[in-house]
Amino acid sequence: MSAGEQRAAGSSAPPGSHGAAAIEANGLTRRFGDFTAVDAISFRVERGEVFGFLGANGAGKTTVIRMLTGLLSPSAGEARVAGHDVYGDTEAIRRSIGYMSQRFSLYEDLRVRENIQLYGGIYGLPNRTIRERGNRLLADLGLEHAADELVASIPLGWRQKLAFSVATLHEPEILFLDEPTGGVDPITRRQFWEMIYRAADGGTTLLVTTHYMDEAEYCDRISIMVDGHIRAMGTPRDLRAEYGVASVDELFLHLVRPTDPTTPADAGGGS
Amino acid sequence: MTALRGFIVKEVRHILRDRQTLWLLLLLPLVLVILFGFAIRTDIQSIRVAFVDPSPSAASVSLQDRFDGTPVFHAAATVASTRALDPLFRRGAIDEAVVFPADFARGLGRGAGRLQILVDATDPNIGSIMTAYAEAVIQGWAAERVGSGAAGPGAPASVRAIPAVVPETRLRFNPTLASEDLFVPGLIALVLTIVSAVMTSITLTREKERGTMETLLVSPLRPWQILVGKVTPYLVLGFVNLVTALAAAGLIFGVPLRGSVPLLLAEGLLFLLVCTGLGVFISTRTDSQRAAMLASMAGLLLPTTVLSGMIFPISSMPAWLRPITYLIPARWFITIARGILLKGVGLGVLWPDTVVLALMAALLLAASMRLFKVRLT
Repeated sequence: MSAGEQRAAGSSAPPGSHGAAAIEANGLTRRFGDFTAVDAISFRVERGEVFGFLGANGAGKTTVIRMLTGLLSPSAGEARVAGHDVYGDTEAIRRSIGYMSQRFSLYEDLRVRENIQLYGGIYGLPNRTIRERGNRLLADLGLEHAADELVASIPLGWRQKLAFSVATLHEPEILFLDEPTGGVDPITRRQFWEMIYRAADGGTTLLVTTHYMDEAEYCDRISIMVDGHIRAMGTPRDLRAEYGVASVDELFLHLVRPTDPTTPADAGGGS
Repeated sequence: MTALRGFIVKEVRHILRDRQTLWLLLLLPLVLVILFGFAIRTDIQSIRVAFVDPSPSAASVSLQDRFDGTPVFHAAATVASTRALDPLFRRGAIDEAVVFPADFARGLGRGAGRLQILVDATDPNIGSIMTAYAEAVIQGWAAERVGSGAAGPGAPASVRAIPAVVPETRLRFNPTLASEDLFVPGLIALVLTIVSAVMTSITLTREKERGTMETLLVSPLRPWQILVGKVTPYLVLGFVNLVTALAAAGLIFGVPLRGSVPLLLAEGLLFLLVCTGLGVFISTRTDSQRAAMLASMAGLLLPTTVLSGMIFPISSMPAWLRPITYLIPARWFITIARGILLKGVGLGVLWPDTVVLALMAALLLAASMRLFKVRLT
């Protein structure tokens, strides 16, 4: 059985939402003019789960994340994030989630500690809490010596791990990671996934998009999006068995290849 | 620490850490005031004049002396024929020439003195100003001759018909026709546009470009908090620039400040808000710093320089162009600033311009706020 389900069982659900999914989407659709970037997708992410969100560029992953984080309103369908409706409750959603984008989300011209202060402040944490959690965060990363360094001056791998930690500073219920390991070396990626597991063990739900198929194997469950539809969803093991393939990589190619030439340009997925 | 305060602190840190840009922004008003103040002037310091006098007489020599005696005109050459002038003009050795006909003295005696003024009108504005200067000298000379009874019964006349009654024109508010007095308000408008509109659009698109804007947008910060947080430090910087530019204008060029300083500062703040609104507007329409820079340069700086009345008087624009200048915020601010600086008038006179600026500020800020909220569609 997947580690995610065990973690979900151990996590404490917030009051008033017992048994509710962390993320729930039903027929979620987003159109840009004539182009349907996301076509009536439905899925459910349980609390404490690490959910891999896979798809080629332009498949609609980023559009889905935008809708779930309140950056973009859906054209049709419904979705709830941490129990809050994406149409009306975006304020409540924003307070319950953390977000780390594929592009670097820290300010390079600010010091490490200044970034921590900034994010803590934005999420309304009291100064004392920011200091305490900030110190703990730096200690966990082994970055105490770099607290007063500019972010630009620390190595990329550390920056990415720091960005992850900063995104969890306010202890969000759900963490959205949009291609968090892009451009990062394999060792740092491995460490990064350890951080993801640790967060999931602590009860955080994680929705991760990635290009690296080996990373997909680390997820409790994955979904593969092709042209705005979810073509496959399940645990990596179940999916491998269902399609008779040896790896998620093979499965991905099997699902994506045939339609590759007609894959629309990155209309909905880009920034 | 509230979220907004922390956010403003962050923005201030960005500004302080980028030393080069900060110095540039702080020194910009000084540099512009000095550059424009000295370089772009419509008053002329020195005119080299040549005389064509084929048969010198007491009258022609006295007029030549009169020219040479002014602080502006310097006799550069005296030649016998107009044909000798062309090479001098071409070489740039002279700016203007006064041509006496061979029968100048005789004509003057009959009350029909004729003169020709030739001027290098490569720059038409300067050309007409030089002509006017020369006419003034001739008129002064003629008036004196009439007064001293040296002239004949009729008043002498140049090509441009020196009137028997010389009108006495007094220039109000800018009696020495000092161009820096007129330019400083325009310069202030330009500096404030650069600092608040251009920098606002750049700082907002920088967040988009670096991807940090998304992080901010998914945070509990409300859109207005993001805008206020990003814009406030630049408003302060713009205000500092306003004070610097005024101080530089007063100390270096002796531009008068006849009206109320608090009123001028308040109007400056209002204009800064308009510019900020424009900057936010541009940032909602562009995705990269480069595009924002280009858009604000072409879309704001150019019209501000050309259409605000800062350099080219609006009254001399063609009729179809004049209504377009109403859309340029700097036009209103420049009218206000000139009124306060040079005429010393107050809100009693300037309220219509102030109302226009206030409406522009309200409209632009509301529109850009809306566009910023919509974010992605």
